[in-house]
Amino acid sequence: MRNSELKDAVGSASVRSAGEAAPLLELDALQKHYPVRRGLLNRPQSSVRAVDGVSLAVRQGEALGLVGESGCGKSTIGRAIVGLEKPTGGRILFEGEDMAGYSEAKLRNARTKLQMVFQDPYSSLNPRMTVGSLLAEPLRVHGIVPKPDAAREVDRLLDIVGLPRNSQDRYPHEFSGGQRQRIGIARALALKPKLIVCDEPVSALDVSIQAQVLNLLKDLQQEFDLTYLFIAHGLGAVRYISDRIAVMYLGKLVEVGPAKELFLRPKHPYTKALLDAYPVPNPQLRNRERIMLQGDAPSPADPPRGCRFHTRCPLATPQCRESEPELKGDGGHAAACFFPL
Amino acid sequence: MFNYVIRRLLIALPVLLGVTVINFIIMRMAPGNPVDMLVNPKLPAAAIEAKRLELGLNDPAYMQYLNWLRNLVLHGDLGYSMISYAPVTELIGSRMGPTLLLMGAALVLGLAIAIPLGVLSASRQYSKLDYTAVTGSFLGISIPNFFLGLALIYLFSLQLNWLPSSGMRELGGGGGFLDVLLHLILPVIVLTANVAGRNIRYVRSSMLEILDQDYLRTARAKGLREFLVVNRHAMRNALIPIVTVLGMEIPILFGGAVVIEQIFSWPGIGQLTLSSIMNRDYSTIMGLNLAAAVIVIAANLLTDIAYALVDPRIKNSYRGAAQS
Amino acid sequence: MNLFKRYLGRKAALPAPFGAEWTAAEEGSGNTGSRKMFLRRFRKHKLAVAGVAVLGALIVCAILAPIIAPYSPTAMTDEFGAAPSWKHLLGTDPVGRDQLSRLIYGARVSLSVGIGSMLIASVIGTVLGLVSGYFGRWVDNVIMRVTDMFMSFPYIMLILVVASIVGPGLTNIILILGFLGWPAVARLVRGSVLAVKQTDYVKASVALGYRTPRILFRHVLPNTVAPILIFATSGVAGAILDEAALSFLGLGVQPPDASWGNMLASAQTLTVLTSQPWLWVPPGVLMIAGVLSINFIGDALRDALDPRNNK
Repeated sequence: MRNSELKDAVGSASVRSAGEAAPLLELDALQKHYPVRRGLLNRPQSSVRAVDGVSLAVRQGEALGLVGESGCGKSTIGRAIVGLEKPTGGRILFEGEDMAGYSEAKLRNARTKLQMVFQDPYSSLNPRMTVGSLLAEPLRVHGIVPKPDAAREVDRLLDIVGLPRNSQDRYPHEFSGGQRQRIGIARALALKPKLIVCDEPVSALDVSIQAQVLNLLKDLQQEFDLTYLFIAHGLGAVRYISDRIAVMYLGKLVEVGPAKELFLRPKHPYTKALLDAYPVPNPQLRNRERIMLQGDAPSPADPPRGCRFHTRCPLATPQCRESEPELKGDGGHAAACFFPL
Repeated sequence: MFNYVIRRLLIALPVLLGVTVINFIIMRMAPGNPVDMLVNPKLPAAAIEAKRLELGLNDPAYMQYLNWLRNLVLHGDLGYSMISYAPVTELIGSRMGPTLLLMGAALVLGLAIAIPLGVLSASRQYSKLDYTAVTGSFLGISIPNFFLGLALIYLFSLQLNWLPSSGMRELGGGGGFLDVLLHLILPVIVLTANVAGRNIRYVRSSMLEILDQDYLRTARAKGLREFLVVNRHAMRNALIPIVTVLGMEIPILFGGAVVIEQIFSWPGIGQLTLSSIMNRDYSTIMGLNLAAAVIVIAANLLTDIAYALVDPRIKNSYRGAAQS
Repeated sequence: MNLFKRYLGRKAALPAPFGAEWTAAEEGSGNTGSRKMFLRRFRKHKLAVAGVAVLGALIVCAILAPIIAPYSPTAMTDEFGAAPSWKHLLGTDPVGRDQLSRLIYGARVSLSVGIGSMLIASVIGTVLGLVSGYFGRWVDNVIMRVTDMFMSFPYIMLILVVASIVGPGLTNIILILGFLGWPAVARLVRGSVLAVKQTDYVKASVALGYRTPRILFRHVLPNTVAPILIFATSGVAGAILDEAALSFLGLGVQPPDASWGNMLASAQTLTVLTSQPWLWVPPGVLMIAGVLSINFIGDALRDALDPRNNK
């Protein structure tokens, strides 16, 4: 029951009322619980609810920013989408199909449509392979281009991400962090994917490099009609690239909405707190009413009853402690709060 | 913590059982059998057959194994030696003491040399002392045990005539503390050279790793004297992994004991092993292997527990420790 | 085994900011930059460089034995236990065989025992360790418990028992040491695989839709080669010593075949010790020199291949 209502609020309702394209990717009450083994027999006694019922739709051609503090489950969602984690509940629908039922071979094939750019450009490239073979390998394995054309295709990929063609014979360690991230992006592009999960792709880079890589990602999106799920831990990085933003807290979505609107009129106190955490250049705005977060997020192994945010929410009421608010809203902007701002 | 100990025990049990199975399979692969060696081949076939029956050699393999296991579990009985007819437990029991004395002395002495030398070596990296200690440790692991043993006998027993070269006590009238101690010196030196050789570099690298950590840089930065940095801050953390050495050393020392006991005629497990192997005394070999495995597993168990006790970080990560 | 765990665990635990250095140091074959770095670091170990020279010479002797050796190693002359002379540079043994020739052929036997058995152990251990570490769960549990079982036997005791059963001799010794030597390699490789498995490039390979064998052999294995190589080097030295110990106990390579171990072992009588030093000093010295060289090389490899080390 609740699942379908949730879906109504975020997925179908918001998407379809906007009258835009059908979702490319749809998460339906996605759940990932990690068992906590303890005691004599090593039996799972409780679980860490990394992702606890998230329903979300990613539309064709958009960039959806997924934001939250570390440990909120945002990266788990990203990994589940590309098949690195097996969900413990819910469904992941890609182009309307649930990949869980796919055969091994079909799954491998389907994965080519969903690629990932990793956070750490230093550990995401096999140190023992040249850039050329790193980029040629996916082409060869999936037969993307005929064999003789592989080298030319690799050159093309290097051109696309703005690396010199002679990079082919060099090893990843000969490149800087930003260049490595470009190699990672080129590798993801090699399979001509439809959706790319960008898992904090710039947070490990120098600030001066971050903008370059973000620009590259934005250009690529237009050029190849890509869809992004852009994961970040702060709102700053996603503001620039996202069309819509989803905010997570302790394994649940707390707010989803168009980027501009969410920045201007956050509905959930948590979103507001995240926004208020950024310094504002205009001194006249300094005295504005702000929500400051106190303390750390509770452990996802033992999330608070009621609204998960109530332990840190300045506006919490007894109702928030008792029951859990559902995600609802209008015009594609929804929040899970009894007293939206 | 209690749960952790119980869990480790529960893992150790099937391993132990597996050890007995492997043991048994290896024994079954052996060609020839003790009856051939015991019995005069001219005896009538019927007499040989009777002997086989008596020793249970005609039962199917798994029955022999189950019988052996049942006797072991129910009565702590490892059967009888097929050669001397003495109970295997008794044979092993009488030999275990000398071997443990030998191994224990070598382990304690070896670590007493390796730990201070390793620490010194690390705190004065690239000094003369460091090079000497490291080269010495390489020598310790590169010289064949028996060669060092022979050389020592040549020097101290034959040339200088200072120390006895064989046995555990003087024949007739011997056996006092001093007597045993004198007999112990040479074999212990050989094993100690091994233990120290293996561990100097281990202690050294463990120490070097720690000395490089930020919290030691902090300790230095706040003006602590190097002596305190090394002895108070670094050593405690460096010595934690060394606890695990004990678990690794025991099986190696058992192996060393086989050779050393042979050279110095030390009346321990090693000698018994070799003579049982030569005589194809299966029941004794199985008992010996089992006893050795029990000691090795127990040593590992103890070091794991000690490690968990010493290192506050291990306590909560049961899974990793349980699989090491 | 914690030694290896700690060594390997570091790689994965390294925080990103140091990545630039250590990946640059993440040495490797087939890459000029890191090869230079490797050589530079290796050369800093003077003893290891000397070790390479000694070992090289021994290997040349072993290969060219039939050309270099003045006599056949098994041919008996009429001089029994003769002292060194111009005719027999290192004298003869008690049955009249030329000691120098036996030493040269002994290099052949000892080195092939060391290398051969370690090759077998490495292959078995690597495959089991890879499978165990990569697939985890019950596969891992089964393989690791079997490994535990084998490691619970004192190694030498187990070898002795098996050697007494299958019988001594060169081939058997190589096979025995090889087939009983894998557990340590398996544990080492498993630990290493567990670390590599956590890396994003292995995850990327899964996301890229590669098949498991490709991931295992193209992406995981090449990144675990360094610790295997280091371990195997010291394993070769260990196997040579083990053969010597077996020979001493009468279960090693059997005469008339010559190995340094059995030449040394045959010198355990008092008369030989005191009055015929040419029978035990040369094999003893060669053996120690050979084993030391290999151990020095292994140590230098450890330093030169260690990604943490970037001096």
